[in-house]
Formats: sequence, C-alpha cells, structure tokens
Amino acid sequence: MTADRDSGEHRRATHPHVAIDRLIPSDVREIEPIVEEVTRECRQLALSARQCALNVPVALTEALSNAILRGNRGMREKHVRVRAFVSDSALVLEVADEGAGFDLDACTIDPTRPGSLEREDGRGLFLMRALMDRVERYEADARNVVRLTLHRS
Amino acid sequence: MSFSIKKQGEICVVDVEGQLIVGNRQELKQKVLDELEKGEKKFLIDFSQTGYIDSSGLGVLVSLSKKIREQGGELRLANLNDDLKTLFELTKLDTLFQIADTRERALESF
Repeated sequence: MTADRDSGEHRRATHPHVAIDRLIPSDVREIEPIVEEVTRECRQLALSARQCALNVPVALTEALSNAILRGNRGMREKHVRVRAFVSDSALVLEVADEGAGFDLDACTIDPTRPGSLEREDGRGLFLMRALMDRVERYEADARNVVRLTLHRS
Repeated sequence: MSFSIKKQGEICVVDVEGQLIVGNRQELKQKVLDELEKGEKKFLIDFSQTGYIDSSGLGVLVSLSKKIREQGGELRLANLNDDLKTLFELTKLDTLFQIADTRERALESF
C-alpha cells in the first residue's frame, strides 16, 4: 500500500464519512437552512446539477417535514437529527425523530392514480421514493430513522 | 423566500421567489385567497425565481386551483425550469394545470 493510499484524503474518498450531523428543534422554519447546508455539501461532492437542485432538496425536505410534523408532532422540545454520509459512490441522508415510526409501504400512496390527482396531501413519501435510489425506515436507539440513499448519476 | 402579487391588466401575477415548501406555503395560499375574496378571478403564478417545491407546496397549488375554479376563475402557471417540470411530470400535475413556458404566453392564454 502506498503512502498516498494511506493518506486521509484517500480514506475520505473511499469510505463513507459523516459530512453533516445536526440536531434541530421540531420547527418547519429549521428545514430550509439545513437543506441548504446539505445541498452545498452535494455541490462539493460533484453530484449532478439535477441531484443538487431537485432530488436532494425535495427528498430531504419531505423527510424533515414528516419527522417534524408527524414523528415529533411539531413539539419544539423534541428534536430531529440529520446526518449526511458521503462516499465516492453515494450520498446517504438519515433523518431521525422521536416518534413511534410508520410502515413505509403502507403509508406510501400513488397520487398519480385516477381520482387522486386533486389530493392536497399524500405526495411526500411518493416523491422521496421517486427522487432517491433507496428509501428505508428503521428504528435505532428508540428513534425512528428514515434513510435516503442517492448514487452519483 | 417571498411572494409578490401585482396586477397586469385584469390578471393577478404572483412571483414566487425562493422555495415553496411546508414553512411558507400558507403565506402564498393566504395572499392568493385574499385576492380571490376581493373579486379577482384570473391568476398567474410565475416560477422563474423559484428554487424547489415540496409536496406541501404542490398541495397548496392544487388547493388554490380548486378554490379559484369554484369561484369561476382561472389559474395559469409559468416559467417552470426543467427540474420543476420533472416534479410536475412525476406527480402528473402537469395534466392538472395549464402551464406556459413564459409569462407572456401565460398572459395571452387567458
């Protein structure tokens, strides 16, 4: 193994590392600043322009909105943890709330079905899944976690 | 982010600057509903200065579309960039709204 391969730069490039780790109160006004911060990180990672302008901000906004309004029921004293992991191949975002969790498949509706187009809600999970390569939900440390994975295009 | 409304002839033109998301959608909704209550019937929402829209923002547009239609009015959207067009296509909302490439074309379409 060469000295170069041993360098911190190499480890940073090949192994996922935590680029962002924030704890925010349950307030929808907190969404835009953290999304901007993550989007800036995406630009530095050379993700595509579309991924930076559409996929990441919309999917992350949906995950944060769900965590704040549904998971934590808008209770400001409850917090949402946002983490971004980056590697050569992908960006992984984790949004953790203090709620009871939900069934991802059961809660995802298809708003494009006939009769659903004029729904005013119900597009959040659909958009997350359409814009990310993978969406998962699990529980860890008594928290409900939504993990979004986006591979470089 | 901000929303500004100005009259162009008999049409209310709304400019959306920044994001249209869960944190500000009610502001847009209220501004348009206030104009509707005053008797305005024709609305154009211009997205040339818009970053991204989330599901709450899309929901408000659907809601406004219905309320304007119920009052016998009309709503047009204009200047969606390619990313925003993709969002409308993914959700098939491009089939629900009348969308023009430019503000001028939208104004002419009333």
